[in-house]
Parts: sequence; C-alpha cells; structure tokens
Amino acid sequence: MNPIAPILEVRRITKRYGAVTANDQVDLSLYGGEVHALLGENGAGKSTLSKVIYGFTRPDSGEILLAGKQVVVPTPREARALGIGMVFQNFMLIPALSVLENIALFLTDLPFIVHPKTIEKRIREFGERFGLVVDPSAPVRQLSVGDQQKVEILKLLLAQARVLILDEPTKVLAPHEVSALFRIFESLKAEGYSILFITHKLREVMACADRITVMRQGRVVGGFGPGEADLDALVTMMFGGQEAAEQLEPAERAVPPSGVGSILELRGASCPAQGSETVLRGLDLTIGAGEIVGVAGVSGSGQKELGDLILGLRSLSVGSKWFCGVDASSWSIARMRENGVAFVPEDPLLMAAVPGMSVRENLVLGTGSRYWKGVSVDWSALETAMGESFHALAFPVPRLDPPAGALSGGNLQRIVIAREMAHKPKLVVALYPTRGLDVRSATSVRDLLRRAREGGSGILLISEDLEELAEMSDRMFVLYGGALVGEFKRGEWQLEEVGHLMTGSRGAAHA
Amino acid sequence: MPESRLAATLRNSTALRSMLRYSAISLTALAVFAAILLLAGKNPLKAYVDTFSYTLANAYGFSELLVRMTPLLLTAVAVALPSRLGLINVGGEGQLYMGAWLASAGALLFPGAPRWALLPLVAVMGFLGGALFAALPGVLRAAKLVNETIATLLLNYIAPLIVSYSIFGPWRDPGSSAYPQSPVFPEAALLTSFFNTRIHAGLFLALAVLGAYWLLLEKTHWGVEMRAIGGNAEAAQRLGIPVAAWIVVALAIGGGIAGLAGMGEVMGVHGRLRQGLSPGYGFTGFLIAWLAGGRPLGILFMAFLFAIITSAGDTLQITQGLPYAVVNILLAVILFIVLARRPMRGASK
Amino acid sequence: MTTPLVLGVLAGAVLSGTSLLYATLGETIVERSGIVNLGLEGLLLIGASVGFSVTAATGNAWLGLAAAALAGGLANALFGWLVVTRMANQLASGLAMMFFGFGVSALVGAPYIGSVIVGLPKWRPAWLASLPWVESTTLFNYDLLTWVAIPAATFVWWALFRTRWGLGVRAVGESPAAAFAAGRNPAALQYQALCSGGVLAGVAGAHLSLSLTLTWAEYMTAGRGFIAIALVIFSKWHPLRAIVGALLFGGTEALQLQLQARGSEISPFLLEMAPYLLTLVVLLAWGGSRRLAAPASLGRTFYGSD
Repeated sequence: MNPIAPILEVRRITKRYGAVTANDQVDLSLYGGEVHALLGENGAGKSTLSKVIYGFTRPDSGEILLAGKQVVVPTPREARALGIGMVFQNFMLIPALSVLENIALFLTDLPFIVHPKTIEKRIREFGERFGLVVDPSAPVRQLSVGDQQKVEILKLLLAQARVLILDEPTKVLAPHEVSALFRIFESLKAEGYSILFITHKLREVMACADRITVMRQGRVVGGFGPGEADLDALVTMMFGGQEAAEQLEPAERAVPPSGVGSILELRGASCPAQGSETVLRGLDLTIGAGEIVGVAGVSGSGQKELGDLILGLRSLSVGSKWFCGVDASSWSIARMRENGVAFVPEDPLLMAAVPGMSVRENLVLGTGSRYWKGVSVDWSALETAMGESFHALAFPVPRLDPPAGALSGGNLQRIVIAREMAHKPKLVVALYPTRGLDVRSATSVRDLLRRAREGGSGILLISEDLEELAEMSDRMFVLYGGALVGEFKRGEWQLEEVGHLMTGSRGAAHA
Repeated sequence: MPESRLAATLRNSTALRSMLRYSAISLTALAVFAAILLLAGKNPLKAYVDTFSYTLANAYGFSELLVRMTPLLLTAVAVALPSRLGLINVGGEGQLYMGAWLASAGALLFPGAPRWALLPLVAVMGFLGGALFAALPGVLRAAKLVNETIATLLLNYIAPLIVSYSIFGPWRDPGSSAYPQSPVFPEAALLTSFFNTRIHAGLFLALAVLGAYWLLLEKTHWGVEMRAIGGNAEAAQRLGIPVAAWIVVALAIGGGIAGLAGMGEVMGVHGRLRQGLSPGYGFTGFLIAWLAGGRPLGILFMAFLFAIITSAGDTLQITQGLPYAVVNILLAVILFIVLARRPMRGASK
Repeated sequence: MTTPLVLGVLAGAVLSGTSLLYATLGETIVERSGIVNLGLEGLLLIGASVGFSVTAATGNAWLGLAAAALAGGLANALFGWLVVTRMANQLASGLAMMFFGFGVSALVGAPYIGSVIVGLPKWRPAWLASLPWVESTTLFNYDLLTWVAIPAATFVWWALFRTRWGLGVRAVGESPAAAFAAGRNPAALQYQALCSGGVLAGVAGAHLSLSLTLTWAEYMTAGRGFIAIALVIFSKWHPLRAIVGALLFGGTEALQLQLQARGSEISPFLLEMAPYLLTLVVLLAWGGSRRLAAPASLGRTFYGSD
C-alpha cells in the first residue's frame, strides 16, 4: 500500500436536484488503511457524494479515480466490481430474508445454484477475523440494529470491497455500540481497508478519524490531516461560525417542577402488537403539568407504540390510562384530541398533513367539529383562530391556498405545530420532532416545546437522540423491548448507563 | 401568430385542454383497434362508420346513447366516490346487479302499492341492494382483513348468480316459460320515459347524483375528511378522523349508487328482472371514473364517449359478426395509452 | 357421502385444480418480484382461447399448448412494459390487462366456437387402474400437465429459493433499492418473473380448454384468475403451499359439479357461488397474518435510485 497515492479520488463532482445543488465541485481523496471522516450537518451533501461514489446516483459532472485510473461508476454493480462498498444510512438489508440470503445476494461470484453451506463458512471466517459475529440463519428482521450493521459490513467484506463507505453508521447506535464499531474500524484499518466515515457528530470524528474533510452547503470547506483537528476549528468550519455552540451544551433549567398535577398517567399499561410492532408491557408513567418527560430507546423498542397508546390509537389489554384525573383508557383519538392532546410528529408530511390538500384545509384537519357550520366549514373562524396561533408562536402566517406538499419540511412543521398549539393543549406528544430537520429548525422546535412547558403543558418527548433528550428532559425514561427499564431525574443520569439500558446490555436499574 | 394565440387559449383552459387530450387518446386508441380488426380480417372503417350512423347521426341513435350513458354515469360515480378515499371499488358490476335485484324484490312484493309509495321504495331498495353488497368489502377493508379490490372483484361473480337463482326459481314468470325472467313489474314501479324514447327518469337521477357527489366532496366538512383519508390515511387517522367508519360508508354509498344504476335498468329499460342486465357497465364505469380522475365534468364527458365506444360493440356484433366482448380490446387500448403516458413520478407522490 | 361421489370429487379436484395451480404458481413468481397482476383472469382467457384456436386449426393440442404459453408470456411482457418500463400503476394496469384478455380472447376464439377438438392425451398407468373403485372413475386418468403439476410446483420452489435468480427475484420483491444496491437489475428481474409467470398462466388457461372442457366459450374462466390471486395469499406466496390451495378449490368446484350431476335439490346457481364464497372466507381467515408473508414491496413502483 503506497501511502502517498490515494486509493480513491473524486474530482469536481457536481450533482443538482432541480434548483438545489447537492454537490458543488467536490474533491476528496482516500488512502489505504485510513479512516477518513466526512463531516457536515444535515443537508451538507455528504450522502449525495457517497451515493455518487457508489454509483447509486449519477453525478452531473466530475470524475472518479481508483488507484490513479479514471473509472466510470454508472451503477452499484460497477462500484462493487471495483472494490467499493457502501453501508447506507437506513441500511440496505431485506428484513424478510436471512443474514445468509442478504449476504449471498450481494456476492459477485455467487454460483447459479446457491450452496448455503459454503457461504455460511465464509461468513463465520470473516466474522471471527474482524469481530463481526452474527447467526447466518437468523432473519434480519430479528436482529438488533448493531447486528444489522455488522451484516452490512460483512456483506462488503465478503464481496471483496477494499473501500468501505459508511453513511452515518452511528446514528442509530447506543454509546457502547459506537465504541465497538470503532474497534472494528481499527481491525479493518490494520488489514489495509480504507473507510470513508460520514457523520455530523464531532466527538466521534475526534475519536476515530485519521483525516477529516468538512462539507457545508454542498461544498468542501476544509480538511485536516492526522492530529491537526481541534473541536473549535471543526465547529467553526461546519457551521460557518453561526449557532455553533448551541448544540453542544445542554441548557440547564433553573427550577425543577414541583407540586404539579398529573396530566397523564399510565398504570400497568400493556398493549398487544401486530406484525413487526413491539408489545408494550406493564408501563407505569406519569406526565405532570409543566414538565418534559423524555423517552430514550433504540429504534423499535416501542416508542411509536407508546405514543400511539397515549394518543388513543391503540387500546390497552391490561392496565389503565388516566387523563387529568379521568379514566381515559377507552377514549378514541378524536376524544383525546378534543380534550387537549396535541401531536408533533417526526415527518409531518407522513403523519400529520395531507400533501395534496391546501394549507387552509390542512389547518382544519384534526380540529374535530370545532369549526363546522352546518354541512360546511366556517373558514373565516378557522383563519382567525389559526392566525392568532401563528402570531403567538411568532411564526409568519403562511399563504393558505397552495398545497401542503409544496412546502419545505421546516415550514410544514411550523404549520402543523401552529395547528396543534392553537387550542392550548394540556399534553403534547412529540415523536422524534426534530428528526430530519436542519439545525435551525430543530432548535426552534425545541424552543417551542420548552415554551409549551412554561405555559403549563405536559410534554412527552420521544427521541433517539440522547443529546437532545439530555438537553430537554426534566425526567427521562428508558424504553427497551416494550418495557420501561429505567427512570432518571434531571442531573441523575449518565449517558453511558442510559446507553446500556437502551440496548439491554445491563439489567434494569431504577434510579 | 394565430398558433400562439391558440396555444395561449389552450394553456388557459384546462377543460378544453383535457378534452383535447381525451380526444387525442381516443383517436390513437381507435387507430390501434382498427389495426387489430384489420388483422382479424374485418373492416374497421365500416365498423366506425356504422357506429357513427347508428348513434350520432340520428335522433333515435342519440337517445339510445343517453340511455346507455345513464348507468355509466352512475357506475362511474360509484367508483369515483370511494376513490377519493383511496379505495378501489371494482365491484360496480355486482353492485348494479344487487341493486336491480333488491329493487325488483320491492316491485314484486308490493304490486298493489300506489306510485307515490312504490317508486321511492323501489329506488331506496335499489340503493340499499348495492350499498349492502359494497358494505361487506368495506367492513373487511376497514378491519384490515381483506383488500377491497379483490373482494369487490370476487363479489361480481356472486351477484349475477343471485339474480339467476331468483329468475329461474321463485320469481320466474310462469307466462314466459321459454325465457327465464321475472314477471313484468307493476306500472307504478316503472320510471317515467321521455320524448317517446327509452330515455327514462334515471338519466336525471344520474345527473343529480353526479352533482351531489361534487357538492359532498368539495363543499362539506365530510368531504374534507374523506379527501384527507384519500390524501394521507395515516395522518387522517392520527388527526382523529374516523377512517374505518368512512371506509365503510364511502364504499356503501358508492355501491348504493351502482345499485341505482341497476334499479334504473330494470325499472326504466327492461321493466322486469332478467339475466344479462349489464354488458359490463360496472367495469366501464370504473374506466370512466379512473380516466376522468374523479372530476365530475370529466365523468360526464367520458361517460358520453364510452357510451359511443360501447355502442361500437353492438355494431361489431350486428354488422361484422364479432362478439360484443371484442370492444373490450378498445377499452384496454385506451387504458394502455393513458397508463403509459402518465408522468412517471409526481402523480403518485 | 357415497364412495363414487368421493372418488368423483377427488378426480375432479385434481383436474380442475391443475389449471388453478399453474395460474397460482405464475402469479406467485410475479408477486415475489413485487408486482401484482390483477389481469391474471385476462391471461387465463388468452391462454384458453389461443390454445383452443390453434388446436382446432392445426389438430395438434401440443401446438395449442405451446402457442398458449407463448401468448401468456407475451401478454405479461406487455404488462411489464406498462408497470416496469412506464412505471404505471399496477392495479390499474392489471385491470387493463383483464379487459384486454376479455376482448382478445373473444376475438381469437370467435371463429372456433363449437369446434370439436382432440384435447391433450390422457393416460392412466395400468397398476393404478387396477386399484379397487378406481377403474370405473376418471381418477388417475390425467394428461401430462396434471401429472407434472406437483413437480412443476417443486421446480418453482427450487428456482425461487435455491438459485441465484430466485434470490434476486425475491430481493426485488422485498426491496428493489436493496437489490439495486446489491448490483442486481430490478427491471430485468421483474421482466423475467413476469414472462415466466405469463407462460404459466397461458398453460393454465390452455389446460382449461384443452383438457377440462374441450370447448371455447367467452368468459369461460369464470373468475379463476381472481381465485388464483387469492390462492397466492392463501399459500403465503409459497409454491408448495399452493398445491394444497389448488386442490382445496379444485375440490370445491368438483363437489359442486358432482352434486349438480347427481340431481341435488340445491339450485345450481347457489352451488356455483361456493368457490367465490370460499375464496372470500379464505382471504378473511388468512387476512390477519398476511402482512408478514407478503413481499414488502408488492404493488409499489420502483422509480430508480435518484
């Protein structure tokens, strides 16, 4: 391995999606036996660049060089033939197929008649060599996220990839799983593999990267060699000097809530599940007025199910649900909403808005019969009420005629929030409310939840982002396998311990 | 330049533009169908000329078009209304038969009833027949047990058997032993005819239903809820809209409207219940609703167009010795063209 | 029930189950690739009419069978052009294929209505014929398609679950993006699945007219295509389980015919409802567990990776 010449080099890659330039004349080089971090906030163009390298997306212009020779990568098939492999952000595994089948699908030298035994042997070989042990016959849908990631890496190794691209591999991992991943990086590096590691988390970059390239708004804005980088320089570069520190330091709350009434209470609540959903088991949970209750957990631990249970979309099999002191166990979602429950979802376009309908019509959805007038809708009363809500939230009042689907994610989220906050909710259920938002929009959503708390609402914040939970929560619960396995008061939690509880790697410990 | 003014007019008039588009599609389809007929050794030009002279060229032919258009309007609305909730009702044919069946039951059970009572009763029973028959797949879909597409398709095969059973069995007219059919219905149950033609009150009922469909969807809060379900069922559910109930209601109303088409056929055209009431009106209605994208004016235009096209089926049978079913090729070709030229993305996203 | 009735039903179940099984196998392959073809009814009609017409014109039932298979494959290639290449809505395209089949079969079959043909040859091994009760019935007196029906199902299972091709087809049905990322060509795999499924559907249709009825009549498939689609769900997209389903439905049809032939009191029209009602019941009973077994990307259009 020649340390001077890069294994992979991209030059002046440009990729546009309509009016948006996702990659603008991007250059990058990757050497053998190194971990190269590609750093940038959401929407900086990191994923686009990696998809271009892997042939998943075609660039508008630019070139790719492998070991100094120019190559064309029109589809992933060519990329794999060249020894380039990629682990996608949301993984590219097929849940219904077994580990073995998922890996076999990926092999370039798979014979026409598949011999499971041969492949199994190779899986075990590589697994032991790099610490990637998984059961080859298990269906992927039964694996934990950490194990799924191992399968993704195994796929690439068995297919003889030498360049591994990992798009935000730590996003869904608990802290100790992240350290395990970095150990795998080390052993891969030792055997000469090159790793392009895409992330927006600064600490991880500092922990594992040999070299760092920073992207902002589709452009490369700087790079650091081994040992050159420091946190402040990275922050400045990544955010261009604006609203940088906010993300790192959790805001402290002066007065913890005391003597407040309970808004919502679950008593021994259990709820059955269908298909790939998670069964909820014996949940005890209280949300008081004026507090934010955070729920941590790795994906698939029952977060969505918990939210749905509280919203009234699911019915209890055992236990009870109390809302402001009244037994609400059998209330429908319409009744819960009428009584003051609001819902701020992850993806408003998916869960809280109808893209094909106008903004005006979207504002009346979910208000029950509040604005009905005869067989029609009292549009002027609605507009007045919603106008006040936008005003109170200091949001600009949007145009009401265009379809909701034409709005950007942040604008749509504001409309959904204005609608949900218009009738002074007693309880706000926020399900991954900042996922996929840019830093500025995410900050404003967090501010809003805090303000709702000051206004006396109880807030349930479900998130996979531990830093967000640590910053926002007055109390934090850990959800694992559909049960609450830990409860912490502000200031009492240690993220390492929360991480272990989240992954079930340590027994339940009520603080 | 005159072209640019024409182009500007076209750009500004969506109605005109879509009519031109439909016409272009129809012409292409007619050309393809002509090629197929030629391959089969038939004379497509004669078939088209005959169809024209049997339908548009004289008053009687035109009145027959309107007669044929009546059930097509209704079966199209029967599909269009549930489709606004994202439901695919392919059971119009069966619902039409059940409407005809239950309406016939009303007429046969109360032969002596006065017209002011019997006529509304027969209409309501026609609606109910289709509504109940469509409510079953609605309930199954709402309970997430069976997909409504496959359920409504299967029920199409059951309804005609119920009709056959009745007219071969309990309702068989003893007077016409050779041909299985029910006795003639009492005069009081029959829909009024107009202008000395076979045009019957069902045509005006169908137009009223089309208007009511538009009002319901666009002007009421129920319409907002239904369209929300069609636009994003998950969000609608989360916003407290009773999705399951609406699914049943919308399919039932749709089925009821198809049932009215069946009622119109027995009470307005045949005067008795018999086999083969519908040469696929339910399926043709599906095509109309789908091609018109559920828009009321589109349905009106397409129903008229399809009345002409299906008349071509009769012409083929009479003058060219081809089975009526051959006209299905023409329907399929129209669908193929529309499906193939739809924008690749966007429409579904 | 009397023994002749039971034997009659058994014999009939196998005969009418044969075409259902081929149709179900074809649709299983297609749906495993993530495409639902509601036009199966039309394909069966095309297979039946083409098979019958070619046989009537040439006097050779094998030629008829081959032509039917080819016609089925071509028809599904046309369907593939719509849903794969033009990315059209699958349900609407399927219904278009249904209309197409209605019309084309009527056109193709019209000149041969009432023709008399010699169908696919049937034979019964002597040792089976000598079994008690069997001799006087049609049991085990089958044509080649019936004899190889179960091997065919096994072959489809093997192709789907033990070959590189089958792995690719199933991967596309679960996640075209993942299959694409693994270097497979989703469109090519879907076309291959569609064409093989179409051939099987053509064979299924031909078996109806060349072995079961020996006539051509418009709409003679009478909803078997839709029943086969339901059978795919019933068998949870598994070729071997489809055998059970096909026999069950073949049995229902045979029982109804036997009862009619024996002058049952029940109206034939009510008896004829049995297969459709049974289909609904089966869908109902299996509906709940269905989501886990269905290919995850079934019915969705893959718009490519950009």
